[in-house]
Amino acid sequence: MYSRTYKAIVSVPPLLWVGFFLLLPYALMFAHSFWAVRDGMLVHEWNLRNYQTLLSNPVYVGVLFRTTRIAASVTLFSLLLGYPLAYYLSFHAGARKELLYQLVIVPLWVSYLVRGYAWKTILGSDGVLNGFLQYLHITHEPVGYLLYSPFAVVLMLTHIYTPFVFLPIYAALEHIPRPLVEASQDLGASPRATFFRVILPLSMPGLLAGATFAFVLSLGDFLAPLLVGGPSGTMIANIVQSLFGAAYDWPLGASISVCILIITVSLLFMTERLDKRWSFE
Amino acid sequence: MSASVSSLPQAAPGSGAPLLEVREVAKRFGAREVLKSISLDIAAGEFLTLLGESGSGKTTLLRLIAGFEQPTAGEIRMAGERLDTLPPYKRRVNTVFQYYALFPHLNVRDNVAYGLRAKNTRKSEIGGRVDEALRMVKMCEYAEARPSKLSGGQQQRVALARALVNRPQLLLLDEPLSALDANLRTQMRGELKALQREVGITFLFVTHDQEEAMALSDRIALLHDGALEQVASPREIYVRPATAYTAQFIGQTNLVRGEVRGGVATCGVLRWPVSGPDGPALFSLRPEAIPLAAYGVAPPDAVHFRGVIRLQIYGGSSELLEVDCGNNQILRVRIPACGPLSGQQEFVFSAADAIRVRE
Repeated sequence: MYSRTYKAIVSVPPLLWVGFFLLLPYALMFAHSFWAVRDGMLVHEWNLRNYQTLLSNPVYVGVLFRTTRIAASVTLFSLLLGYPLAYYLSFHAGARKELLYQLVIVPLWVSYLVRGYAWKTILGSDGVLNGFLQYLHITHEPVGYLLYSPFAVVLMLTHIYTPFVFLPIYAALEHIPRPLVEASQDLGASPRATFFRVILPLSMPGLLAGATFAFVLSLGDFLAPLLVGGPSGTMIANIVQSLFGAAYDWPLGASISVCILIITVSLLFMTERLDKRWSFE
Repeated sequence: MSASVSSLPQAAPGSGAPLLEVREVAKRFGAREVLKSISLDIAAGEFLTLLGESGSGKTTLLRLIAGFEQPTAGEIRMAGERLDTLPPYKRRVNTVFQYYALFPHLNVRDNVAYGLRAKNTRKSEIGGRVDEALRMVKMCEYAEARPSKLSGGQQQRVALARALVNRPQLLLLDEPLSALDANLRTQMRGELKALQREVGITFLFVTHDQEEAMALSDRIALLHDGALEQVASPREIYVRPATAYTAQFIGQTNLVRGEVRGGVATCGVLRWPVSGPDGPALFSLRPEAIPLAAYGVAPPDAVHFRGVIRLQIYGGSSELLEVDCGNNQILRVRIPACGPLSGQQEFVFSAADAIRVRE
């Protein structure tokens, strides 16, 4: 076995990493959220005013709600797209499985920004989609709400996070021993009943993991609203960004960050609990 | 003894119409011909074993009957109705899978109730039938346990209960004992046979273990390279193998090559009278059918020969000898344990025990 010195030496780099890049920033963020800004200067004066502002200002609360709503929509839509896709690939794609799998993964190699600008080109008032709609005489003037709206943000984030939802679900489905599916049919369950009684419950851990990815990543996203969100599609991360940037109110920004962190951590905690309930090994 | 191998019994004696009829069923996977025109009848209440080496097509035939695969040609009927055109969930057939395939997210009770729930059985009935099935396999006290907490033998019992609770017309068992250790396997073998007598359901059992097949079956269907070699009772298939493959696969044998002319078989130094057509011939002679002349009571059609003992292997209750009868013709002989032997000895066998087999 490894000696104690060896163990101590190899555990130093990861501990340093976690300390400097995780614990220290969190501690600073936490401390900032209880400080204040006076005359454009940060003062280390412990108070709860940031949290009071945050809870009493309808703009912040509203944006936080909108962000949660957008993240929930993204989660729902990417599950609706990702699950059937994963199911088809795992159970019915046959020889085309490898190719289709690669096709799902390929967009992940394309820069996030490129995909954002692609949606701008598609959804804009002189964009591809509007041009197509007018060409078909479905509309007579550009549809304005396609771009710079919560709709555009949900669309773009769904597009980006569907592969993240697909992957864990696909892995979970691939893990289901096929004799279980045969056993279910053998016992008289139709393919539909087999899906709901065997396949869906056994893929639940993958589904939870995928849903968590989509929700948590969407919750903290600021590029999609920046690129295609417009004023009505602003999300909480944009507010944090502007508070740390132009507004120079780090304490308020930090307090919002703490709130997001609490939401995320409690969500992860919940899915962890659920995941334990759904694993059977 | 002649080559009377053409009149093999196809259905167990005393039965009416067969429960399952397999008619000229063939199955290909791409270019590979896994089953070549199989025809087989299974009588109601019978315990029939599909015996064969891995790759002989026995599991494929089982999967065709269960509905997990479609035959390339031929048809399967159950109780007179077409079976092969139905999806698996509409067949009155249940399967016990090799690695049990219990649902890991359901406890034992829910696993057993699965089939009844899938067929919308009345709730009031489900409880009673599940308890009855669990009692039958002695697993009542584990009703609330998850399958992952059970041993292999216990999982096996649950898998049996899960299939039997549906009262299928035909139960398919895919090497159900192969994943168990040797002691448990022998014990489960006895229980399985008793269970089959108790429920009276037709069992179609797949195995590669000839001993298991002999111990359990009413009839054995021996598969080789996707074709049936012989279908017969364990005694029949052992005593009168139809082919050289059957004779070698089931038990040990001496395959003796020779010629038949004018009612006399000549195989090296051995000669005995036979009835049957002239021409080259292959005979199967079981080692235990060749006693020492000094101990054996000479049968009326006795064939005597002398041979030099080349090798003697002690096997507890019996001894296996390799006997050179001259001209390098080696016969294996099994005799009751008798102490060391050497030199030349006289042996005897009944001409009726030399079975003419096909190549």
